[in-house]
Amino acid sequence: MTIDRETLLDIYTRTMKIARFDEKMRGLIISGKLATLYYTVRGQELVSAAMMAAVNKDDYLVTTYRGQHDQIAKGIPIPLLIAEIAGKATGTCKGKGGSMHITHPATGIMVTTGVVGSGLPIANGLALTSQNRGDRKITIVSFGDGATNIGAFHESMNMAQVYKLPVVFFCQNNRYGEHTAFADHTDVDNIANRAKAYNMKAIHVDGNDVSAMYDAATQAVEHARSGKGPVLLEAMCYRMMGHFFGADFSYMPPEHVEEMQREDPLPKLRKVMLEHQFSESDLDAIVSGIDDDIDAAIQFALDSPFPDADELSLDVFEEKIAEGMYGA
Amino acid sequence: MSKITMVQALNRAIDEAMAEDEGVILLGEDVAAKQGGGVFKISSGLTEKYGESRIRATPISEQAIVGACVGAALAGFRPIAEIMLMNFVAVCMDQIVNHAAKLRFMSGGQTNVSLVIRTTTGVGVGFGGQHSDMLEAWFAHVPGLKIVTPSNAADAQGLMRAAIACNDPVIFIENIMCYGLQSEDPGPNHFVPLGTAATVVEGRDCSIITYGRTVADAVAVAAELSEQGLSVEVIDLRTIAPFDEAAVLASVRKTGRAVILHEAVKAFGTGAEISARVNEKLFGQLKAPIQRIGGAFSAVPMASCLEQAWIPTKAEIASAVKTAIGWKG
Repeated sequence: MTIDRETLLDIYTRTMKIARFDEKMRGLIISGKLATLYYTVRGQELVSAAMMAAVNKDDYLVTTYRGQHDQIAKGIPIPLLIAEIAGKATGTCKGKGGSMHITHPATGIMVTTGVVGSGLPIANGLALTSQNRGDRKITIVSFGDGATNIGAFHESMNMAQVYKLPVVFFCQNNRYGEHTAFADHTDVDNIANRAKAYNMKAIHVDGNDVSAMYDAATQAVEHARSGKGPVLLEAMCYRMMGHFFGADFSYMPPEHVEEMQREDPLPKLRKVMLEHQFSESDLDAIVSGIDDDIDAAIQFALDSPFPDADELSLDVFEEKIAEGMYGA
Repeated sequence: MSKITMVQALNRAIDEAMAEDEGVILLGEDVAAKQGGGVFKISSGLTEKYGESRIRATPISEQAIVGACVGAALAGFRPIAEIMLMNFVAVCMDQIVNHAAKLRFMSGGQTNVSLVIRTTTGVGVGFGGQHSDMLEAWFAHVPGLKIVTPSNAADAQGLMRAAIACNDPVIFIENIMCYGLQSEDPGPNHFVPLGTAATVVEGRDCSIITYGRTVADAVAVAAELSEQGLSVEVIDLRTIAPFDEAAVLASVRKTGRAVILHEAVKAFGTGAEISARVNEKLFGQLKAPIQRIGGAFSAVPMASCLEQAWIPTKAEIASAVKTAIGWKG
């Protein structure tokens, strides 16, 4: 499939928002301006940008602790995202969630889970409401290759197919589950093949090929939205750094590092943009605008207040925890 | 007045809630008409009225059941998950503890999980170690969960309506030994607010604080001891967490003595928390140490004689009350 320029520009913009955000977050941590646990998304920018370019704003998204690329691609306001990661009262979740637990229903981001594989059962429930209401929304649930070995994956894939739920199971196969390489934790060639066991439609794609990735995303979304049932979409990509930012990744063999640098989605995408008659200066102007926005977002986050201690008694239940109860 | 059993009461409460709100759905193993309306028939007749999109028989997949209910609740439904037996919560604790209980807080109040997890359990039917446990203390330790257990049919109906209406997750524990209990029919649209205890028997000398199946034992002991001139009060918590602290303190303030009784294992049980809170608030007003009675510290056994030795007996309850009343310091 040839991809049109408008879509390409959309995907490029989403990709670069993720890439610039990620680089600046790492810079904040290195400089000591921000002390926080951060799971870098370096290497997975494009798979997410192309996927989210194919869905609607009000479609549901469930993602994981390594999920900032998904959230940005889905349209979360970046100032609120950074404020949340910084633990500030102005964050999406008032500083009570953090990078692993981002929620933003206004952009369809319903759950970000810090537990590998736990988003899949929840995605089924969101999709079940769409099926019962007939609202034509679909649910995208992101997870890595590592999540496909936990029981929740099996239970969810089976249930989704039995009920024909409108879910896209979006496996971003970044070839590592924490520190363990794909081949060391899974003895099949690819994750997409596992769909056969559930009689589910599957797509396997090179996630760093923008045309192929967008085509796969569109096919998956159309299938789910048509009422035909769920899809397992496996997008091959690379986690170009350690498990969390700052973590050692010397366990990655040199040939793997070489391969992933060769396949880096950012220079590959830029090359495609130039082939589609976008000029260097056009692309630079886009990135420069993104940089300005993210710098402003960082300033907003750093200037924002921390939450009040009173927050501990709020949002545990609908009603505030009364004084004297539960040791409050 | 006509009578109603706990099974009928639960069925009616779910039926009423489903008739009012299309977002009320039930997911669980064997719950639909095709499978007989649930192994204990709680959902009997509901598929015929509301269809298979709302009464969903599931694969044997507890994580998928609870997770789907969490997701449905996030999108505004009021799902009911049936976990056939309480011990099976052990295979879906992640969804309950890490997700249902915490999503309101971790989202800063942007989302909430209006979910009821119905589950059945109970000692006394010879089901052995993996089908009998009362595990309420596990959940009571988790901020964000409410825990309810009815001791009679009328309360079962009223508590179920309140649980479904609640905007937070509720663990609703049904004791298998109570399903056949009959109450005066409370009529339609009966609600029992969560967090409110009931004074089942009024008394002056000692308070028995309990919930669920053992309420009936406490009432029987109170009647027996009243013939011996002892005046025993029985408090049915109905909601275990958050429990009605005001009602418990008012009763113990009056009697000066407390016996806390539950079917669950005594060690590290909810009785320990209730006892600690009474001590913290009423130290100096107590006429005797708080007595605790609960299950033995072993897996629930199968052999009937062992099972009867495992659970708190009426004789033990009476003895604890007499110990408290006879305490000389």
